[in-house]
Amino acid sequence: MKYVFLTITSFFILQFSYANDAAPLVDDPVTEQRLISISEEMRCLVCQNESLAGSRSDLANDLRREIRTLIKEGKSDEQIRSFMVERYGDFVLYRPPVKPITWLLWIGPFVILLIGIGFLFSYLRRRNASVVTTDLTAEENKKIDALLNTLSKGKQD
Amino acid sequence: MKAKFLIPLILFIVLVVFLGIGLNRDPREVPSPLINKPAPAFEVAQLAQPNKTFSPASMKGQVWILNVWASWCVACREEHPVLVELAKSNQAPVIGLDYKDKREDALAMLQRQGDPYVLSAFDGNGRVGIDYGVYGVPETYIIDQAGIIRFKHIGPITMQVLNEKMYPLIRELKKS
Repeated sequence: MKYVFLTITSFFILQFSYANDAAPLVDDPVTEQRLISISEEMRCLVCQNESLAGSRSDLANDLRREIRTLIKEGKSDEQIRSFMVERYGDFVLYRPPVKPITWLLWIGPFVILLIGIGFLFSYLRRRNASVVTTDLTAEENKKIDALLNTLSKGKQD
Repeated sequence: MKAKFLIPLILFIVLVVFLGIGLNRDPREVPSPLINKPAPAFEVAQLAQPNKTFSPASMKGQVWILNVWASWCVACREEHPVLVELAKSNQAPVIGLDYKDKREDALAMLQRQGDPYVLSAFDGNGRVGIDYGVYGVPETYIIDQAGIIRFKHIGPITMQVLNEKMYPLIRELKKS
């Protein structure tokens, strides 16, 4: 009888523990959304192949906390980006600003592409020029006609 | 042109040289935007005397060294004897910034390995470190009389760095 009572009681206790909704993972989904969109564009300086959004390093945690505070203070995305750049340099940005020191980085690949196209064209032109075409003599033309005639006759048979 | 067949070989060698240079560069050495900028202000409690605070403003008028360290950082332990050497040289006062550490651990480490610092500021939550762009402890800064950061070294300083870079710079800054 005691066991039956216990079972029934525990059943009710279980019901109680189900009563709450799952708590959301973050207190403020809007802030978190902005945090993610900003930090995805930034490099984590500790594990340089990870973004600030994806890294689990200690520094990345601290920096996300810092960005969260800045968002709550009402700072714009631009202000938050310059907060990071002032401290860690353009290197934190996956898309560094276009300025004299990054010109090579931004237009370098296109310059190399143009050089490649230039080389290709000059090579093709030279190759065309080296192909020598000579006119056929009357004798050769006759030979060709004769050969073609025998070929077409052969087909008809 | 007979040597035409050599062109791919030459291109290959150029590529290898560039890749070689790339491999030998330390990717952690990111140029700091803080060089030649005023050292960020802060005021935090000291490590040994929690009731006293430290602020960079109190160092105005002298060339000084800020060394970011922590007891959990293995490279700092490696660097420690060099710092003791630096402190002995009396070239410039060395201030420590104990970064994201526990007080008792930090004090125990100084007890064990010697204390090269005039004093250490205690940055328990790493907030000061963020303002100084710290991302890999240890990091070392040289700050001039006007409070401008003149030099930053990431990773443990060695005797070579001390003799070739830091001492000459400190001497030069002192002259001005």
